Amino acid sequence: MTTFVFAALLGVSILGYLLNRRAAAGLRADGARLHSLPGYHGLFSLLSTLVPVLVLILLWLVLQGPVIDHVVMSGLPAGSLDGLDTGSRQLILAEIKSIARGQIFGEPEQWKLDAAQRYLQLQQVSGWVLLAIVVILSLAIVAFARSRVGAAFRARHGVERIVSGLMIFCSTVAIFTTIGIIASLLFESIRFFQMVPITEFFFGLNWEPQIPLREDQIAAEGAFGWLPVILGTIVITVVALFLAVPVGLLSAIYLNEFAPDRLRAVAKPLLEILAGVPTVVYGFFAILVVAPAMRSFGASLGIPVSPNTALAAGSVMGIMLIPFISSFTDDALSAVPKSLRDGALALGATRAETVLNVLFPAAIPGIVGGILLAVSRAIGETMIVVMAAGLIASLTINPLDSVTTVTVQIVTLLIGDTSFDNPKTLAAFALGMMLFVVTLIINVFALRIVRKYREAYD
Amino acid sequence: MMNDMSKIEQGIAVDAVKIQARGVQVFYGEKQAIKDVSVEILDKTVTAFIGPSGCGKSTFLRCLNRMNDTIDICRVNGDIRLDGEDIYDPAIDPVQLRAKVGMVFQKPNPFPKSIYDNVAYGPRIHGLARSKADLDEIVERSLRRGAIWDEVKDRLHEPGTGLSGGQQQRLCIARAVATEPEVLLMDEPCSALDPIATAQVEELIDELRLNYSVVIVTHSMQQAARVSQKTAFFHLGNLVEYGDTGQIFTNPEDPRTESYITGRIG
Repeated sequence: MTTFVFAALLGVSILGYLLNRRAAAGLRADGARLHSLPGYHGLFSLLSTLVPVLVLILLWLVLQGPVIDHVVMSGLPAGSLDGLDTGSRQLILAEIKSIARGQIFGEPEQWKLDAAQRYLQLQQVSGWVLLAIVVILSLAIVAFARSRVGAAFRARHGVERIVSGLMIFCSTVAIFTTIGIIASLLFESIRFFQMVPITEFFFGLNWEPQIPLREDQIAAEGAFGWLPVILGTIVITVVALFLAVPVGLLSAIYLNEFAPDRLRAVAKPLLEILAGVPTVVYGFFAILVVAPAMRSFGASLGIPVSPNTALAAGSVMGIMLIPFISSFTDDALSAVPKSLRDGALALGATRAETVLNVLFPAAIPGIVGGILLAVSRAIGETMIVVMAAGLIASLTINPLDSVTTVTVQIVTLLIGDTSFDNPKTLAAFALGMMLFVVTLIINVFALRIVRKYREAYD
Repeated sequence: MMNDMSKIEQGIAVDAVKIQARGVQVFYGEKQAIKDVSVEILDKTVTAFIGPSGCGKSTFLRCLNRMNDTIDICRVNGDIRLDGEDIYDPAIDPVQLRAKVGMVFQKPNPFPKSIYDNVAYGPRIHGLARSKADLDEIVERSLRRGAIWDEVKDRLHEPGTGLSGGQQQRLCIARAVATEPEVLLMDEPCSALDPIATAQVEELIDELRLNYSVVIVTHSMQQAARVSQKTAFFHLGNLVEYGDTGQIFTNPEDPRTESYITGRIG
């Protein structure tokens, strides 16, 4: 039924397009000077039919489910729902729906069969009503749009207004999604802080989110200090950047300034393949190759290295970040005007001096942007650290120790059976909120730096 | 490959010739941009290269300090000598050559640094100053030679990109002068400037002649006539005519030069 509705809408809209275009073309053929080209008259009809009716259809489809449910449930014989709580009512509704789909288990009561019948009928009726409304409404709009066709009618302005409205809508979708995410994080975090004091979360030095599930269970009290967790994130991020920043910067400078064209043509795509490797594969690499290698190397030097180390996770993450930094740096260096390069060379600067003293400072905004993006990536990266870093939160800055990160803790808190009424689960939202705040601050910082230096060489 | 004749020529002009080019050909890939150009550029003289767009005058200018090296597909044949030394000899370091042969570009291109650092950049990388006071002196002297000292002396530490177009170009000239070059190449230095700034730069070029050999590429024949003593006319990659500026403009030998000067080609 829904397919018919969409097909009808599409058909009528196209009809409107053709009608209007022909009408306008006819006017022009009669020698009128049109304000808008015939195509715009067509598009005006098409868009003013398509957009509102589409919105109507979507609203209808979203709302019809709950409305039908409500009608079916309130139409049940008196007394059949007496004394049942919400959960049982939901079960009955689900049973009615599955009967309506033809999946009958056992011997349902007669009133359930009747309700299923009604449910089907209502769906059918709703579908036909929708089709009728859509056809009538869209034909009405087409007729209206057709009546507007005239030499003086500014169809192009109308089309531009509708299109710009669509663009505004699309850009607000992203904004509202962000607001929604923040709101859900915020509300759950507030619930968390009602159970765990905010000072304990921010200044506590222990992270042991185990709590007794049953009254009689013997378990730790549970400690929710985020410092060891965020410290782990910081250690791993620092390790990753220590690897990624120098390697990324120098490889970009080499490829941009010194490499022969043929090498560049091969090396640059290869480097960018690194960005396409799934992080879970990096995780394998970290846990199966890098960590054992470091462990045996440490053993040969007599240094104890734990099986999961911040160093292994961080350095593999650093490899993942190289293409970010190198491609941002490369773009930034390429964007420096050639005249600056020529100016430095003409003064007798060597290529290295040109890069270091002239190109690099001019490219700083782009480079800083790339590095801060890499930092955000590193802080939010999950898969590598889940696999290669540890699970136990320990307050250490030694990269050879096992550490855990904010993201790892969120994962471990939320996998498995969870209920959203205890601090253990809600702690994940508080951590998520903090992660969000930290990356937001870094992003704002990055934007400010980029903006501050942007006009340096224009 | 020099014959006796050219040796004699060289002997006659030895104290005045700064740059001697012989049979210079330049190729961009397969395309030949310069066809067999030979010219002698004199010391303490302003030499103007004129000719229609695409005639190769800028390309030839960029050969004189090997700026064409930065273009991968560009190939230079022939013999260019600075003070008798072949500048395309493998033993010559283009970096040192460019310190001796400075260049000013069509569009002002100050670095995104302070005015002071713009001028001090060359002396710093070549180690010309022994102390901070020394460097200060070089910067002041260069800015004075660039005829911009009075305008910027109170704001030496503001960015060079904040100056007006004409000031930026004079800053670039001061920057080029600061490395104590022997030859100054100018690639249409006034084409992005307004008439007043142009007049200032032209006046400056006339003063620079006292210390340097100046080669200027220009689209404006009036400018060539005003500032230069020698003029070379390029057409389709050929050096058509080279001689005293007065001679070229009043009594050209080649009909193509005459057509260009009177506005019939170009």
